[in-house]
Amino acid sequence: MTHIVQLKRMNKYFGKLHVLKDIDLAVEAGEVVVIIGASGSGKSTLIRCVNGLEEYESGHLEVDGHKLAPKGGNQESLAEIRKEVGMVFQQFNLFPHLSVKKNIMLAPMKVKSADKTVANATADRLLERVGISDQADKYPSQLSGGQQQRVAIARALAMEPRVMLFDEPTSALDPEMVGEVLDVMRELAKEGMTMMVVTHEMGFAREVADRVIYIHEGQIVEEGKPDDVFDNPQNERTQAFLSRVLAH
Amino acid sequence: MESQFQFDWQAAIDSIPFLAKGIPYTLMISFGGLVIGFLLGILFGLLSINKHWYFRWPATTYIEIFRGTPILVQVLFIFYGLPDLVGGPIDPLVAGIAAIALNSGAYISEVVRGGVQSIDRGQTEAGLSLGLSRTQSFWSIVWPQAFRRMIPPLGNQAIVSIKDTSLFSVIGVGELVRQGQVYIANTFTAFEVYFVVALMYLAITLSLSMVLRYMEKRGRASV
Repeated sequence: MTHIVQLKRMNKYFGKLHVLKDIDLAVEAGEVVVIIGASGSGKSTLIRCVNGLEEYESGHLEVDGHKLAPKGGNQESLAEIRKEVGMVFQQFNLFPHLSVKKNIMLAPMKVKSADKTVANATADRLLERVGISDQADKYPSQLSGGQQQRVAIARALAMEPRVMLFDEPTSALDPEMVGEVLDVMRELAKEGMTMMVVTHEMGFAREVADRVIYIHEGQIVEEGKPDDVFDNPQNERTQAFLSRVLAH
Repeated sequence: MESQFQFDWQAAIDSIPFLAKGIPYTLMISFGGLVIGFLLGILFGLLSINKHWYFRWPATTYIEIFRGTPILVQVLFIFYGLPDLVGGPIDPLVAGIAAIALNSGAYISEVVRGGVQSIDRGQTEAGLSLGLSRTQSFWSIVWPQAFRRMIPPLGNQAIVSIKDTSLFSVIGVGELVRQGQVYIANTFTAFEVYFVVALMYLAITLSLSMVLRYMEKRGRASV
């Protein structure tokens, strides 16, 4: 079995605060892992470590064969890892000074030295895939939140990543726009993309995830198939969390 | 004592050709000084937010010294003081340009720092997550957005610096005010001449304001 993302006994601190405690996690190629937990539990920090947006203090991290050392160690593989790992942020983080299409073309042209016509064609194809071809020449601020997040997904896909990280991709959206973003993610999962998703959308987790992980105070306290975790949680903290979020 | 004063339009009009000879100097010192000041501002502004103290410290020192002392003292120091050090006279035009450059550079450093720091960290993170290096993320994502926000304060600084060049009459550069002083020494028409000098400054600064307003509007269209 090949693991595309591998974390072993990973520990991370913010100053004195121990935010990730001995995290062991291996993700297979094509697997969709949904990470749930209360805010401040460390779930966002966990996926931000995978592409090196956060450094970690001890343990082992490997992405598609590239080892990334803890803080202070050899960071040479960081550039390679970031080329293979795409990320979608809660606040979209689109580039407001560039048109939708240029948002998507920027990284392929800068990082892979892609030819402009090639990058342009890639952008067209991706915009069609996320269903917003007609908005290509607009600026991000002219789009709805749902559309912006779909552009952000297209932007990440333009680098042809092997793994996609989603950091609460629907949390900043108006309720009526959540569906359109989840639809795109669902498609992506169906096509075999390896995904690590931090979300509060339990319906999405149950339907799309191959595995659900519950994090509490920086520790993985429960993991398993969605039906098992949601219907029959073993840990009492998971039970308490789920009864709170599933109550309404 | 009742004033018998009457504004002498003919004297005002007659002074224009002589005063106008000062305009190229005023513009040269302003433009030259501000271009160098802008480069200094980018350099020291970015150094002042570097994570290493040995970059931050010299930048902050420069900014505090040139913001905290009067530009008149700075230009006197350069023109009358520095020759003792370098062992030869300094051209007044060079001294003027240097003073505007160093002085505006300190203020522009702060404008650059503020502009860059106002851009959300998520922008850099998005760039990094797409595989761009820190340098690429900065110059193709953060800087264009920061620069757009810097245009109004930069314009403000340009106007301040243009007016500051009037102080350089003390070192004998033939800029607008100096031309006025020389002219008045012969004609004694101070009211009319300084009135024309003021109008000439106003013409320069108002033209600049219009250009800036246009740039701001164009910049806003996309954000």
